[in-house]
Amino acid sequence: MVKKSIHDINRKIEEGNVRVVTAEEMVDIVKVTSVSEATKEVDVVTTGTFGAMCSSGAWLNFGHSDPPIKMKKVWLNDVEAYTGVAAIDAYIGATQLSDSMGIEYGGAHVIEDLIRGKSVDVHATSYGTDCYPRKMLNTTLTIDDLNQAIMQNPRNAYQKYNVATNSSNTTLKTYMGILLPNNGNVTYSGAGVLSPLSNDPNYETIGTGTRILLGGSQGYVTGIGTQHSPETNFGTMMVQGDMKRMSPEYVKAASFEGYGTSLYVGIGVPIPILNEDIARATAVSDDDIVTNILDYGVPSRNRPTIRQVTYGELRSGMIDIAGKEVPTSSLSSFKKSRQIASELKESIIQGDFNLTLPVERLSSKTVNRPMKQTSVNPLVGDIMSESVVTIKENASTYEAANKIMTCSFNHLPVVSDKNILTGIVTAWDISKAVAKKEFDFVGNIMTRNVITATPNEPIDIAAYRLDQNLVSALPVIDDKRNVVGIITSDDISKLLARRGNL
Amino acid sequence: MKIRIDISSDIVGKPIVAESIVETGALLNISQAHLDSTRGELVADIENEKYTDINKALTKRGAKVTVLDTPIIRDEDECIECGACISVCPVDVFSFEADWSLKVEQEKCIQCGTCIQMCPHNALSLER
Repeated sequence: MVKKSIHDINRKIEEGNVRVVTAEEMVDIVKVTSVSEATKEVDVVTTGTFGAMCSSGAWLNFGHSDPPIKMKKVWLNDVEAYTGVAAIDAYIGATQLSDSMGIEYGGAHVIEDLIRGKSVDVHATSYGTDCYPRKMLNTTLTIDDLNQAIMQNPRNAYQKYNVATNSSNTTLKTYMGILLPNNGNVTYSGAGVLSPLSNDPNYETIGTGTRILLGGSQGYVTGIGTQHSPETNFGTMMVQGDMKRMSPEYVKAASFEGYGTSLYVGIGVPIPILNEDIARATAVSDDDIVTNILDYGVPSRNRPTIRQVTYGELRSGMIDIAGKEVPTSSLSSFKKSRQIASELKESIIQGDFNLTLPVERLSSKTVNRPMKQTSVNPLVGDIMSESVVTIKENASTYEAANKIMTCSFNHLPVVSDKNILTGIVTAWDISKAVAKKEFDFVGNIMTRNVITATPNEPIDIAAYRLDQNLVSALPVIDDKRNVVGIITSDDISKLLARRGNL
Repeated sequence: MKIRIDISSDIVGKPIVAESIVETGALLNISQAHLDSTRGELVADIENEKYTDINKALTKRGAKVTVLDTPIIRDEDECIECGACISVCPVDVFSFEADWSLKVEQEKCIQCGTCIQMCPHNALSLER
């Protein structure tokens, strides 16, 4: 069994005879030779990824003003940064939005502008102390004017990521992009064959202290990332690097319609081939990496898994969902990921990049748990009216008007003989029909595309849907589309009034 | 020339396209059609000299006519070639080359604008 040490490999780098390949090239090398041959032949495998990494940001140190200020709040180009760390340090997060521009501009854009050398307007406020008397400050500065600009990203380079689709009948705007209705498309993220942690799934060489390429310059893995979940192969890492040396080609701000901003970060991680196990792991291909397609049409933490899929299938451009061919979109750039892996390879061959062993490996035991919630969220079923009054399609408009008068509901769900929901008719629909003198049957004046709720959904979701669709009531249906109740915006207002939240 | 005809839900059930063809005698050559209860969208070729007539006839009946002469433009400095646009385009304007570069076939574009909303890097636009 072949074995090498990190010192052997660094000596080869120094001597100029190190053999480096990208993780993509390694797949073929192992296929045509063998694991033991590849372990002998190859010293380093380089990986790369370039995608949206929302959990990113930077520590900025502004230096002291005169008179000095202890910043209680600070904004950069109208984007607020976190200040609760001494006087003139702040953390600018990628997803924080501009107070004036909203989704168009956020912390990610401030970071990109700083790296591009652009000047940024700084506004800070404070309460004034004996040692920091100043209460307000306005200045304009560039990255060169900052003492430090240290990128520190709590959760980057997911080993792999869930795939998104949308079974509902409306278009969704998410952090996974636009999801067309009725599973009209699928979006995915991650570099698959080139993904750093997928090439070292047992975290044998990647850990605290691993030197990496971050934003086009040398950086480090500082430890596990938040939400690191090794047992489900959803490992993450926390990384750090000097923003002053980064390139805008590898750090790019993004804005997702209806969601907000995010930062595209380029990361390259070298994997030293110390033994056959490590070599075998780096031979992983797109076809070997399996992930889950989740239904974002269900607005809950526990989105149902529609099926499993490999990165190979996703990259083919079309996948099958329930017998239908659905087009796929990648949100990460595979071309850029390749470029990063190749640049890292060249740097190592040129002797510009030495390898490190981690001082501590990433944990392989951490579990990612959902939030503990101490207040119970009421469900639709808890506050809906069960005594819902329904009507048939072949009933007359007159009958509908009468029902609304006597039952005090403004909305009548329209049902078939088997109590299956087919439409909804409102007092407004009846007024409209009367005004146009076109009133005959309920079936001709009702709305067929009914927005509904289910009894097990949290109230918040129903309220969001009322708001999004500009309606004031949702028929509540079971899984057979039988009407079991109705929930109105009045019901929700009353609930909030009882809680005293208004 | 290529035109797109958008028909809103309140008139989608009416034979406005047929009426406009009969009225103007313009040979509307429909290459794509999407019609359901919520909206209608047709893409068609029309002789240049007939455009004014058919535009007037369709607009009079409540449809919206757009000339498809400004296809989608890609800002190559902003584009990172992720391919987010690929799956939302109804007419396959976008695809990957063998080396994962993004290929844009502008002549297919029907100017619906969905890809503009999808692009995370604000790299797509319809303005000239």
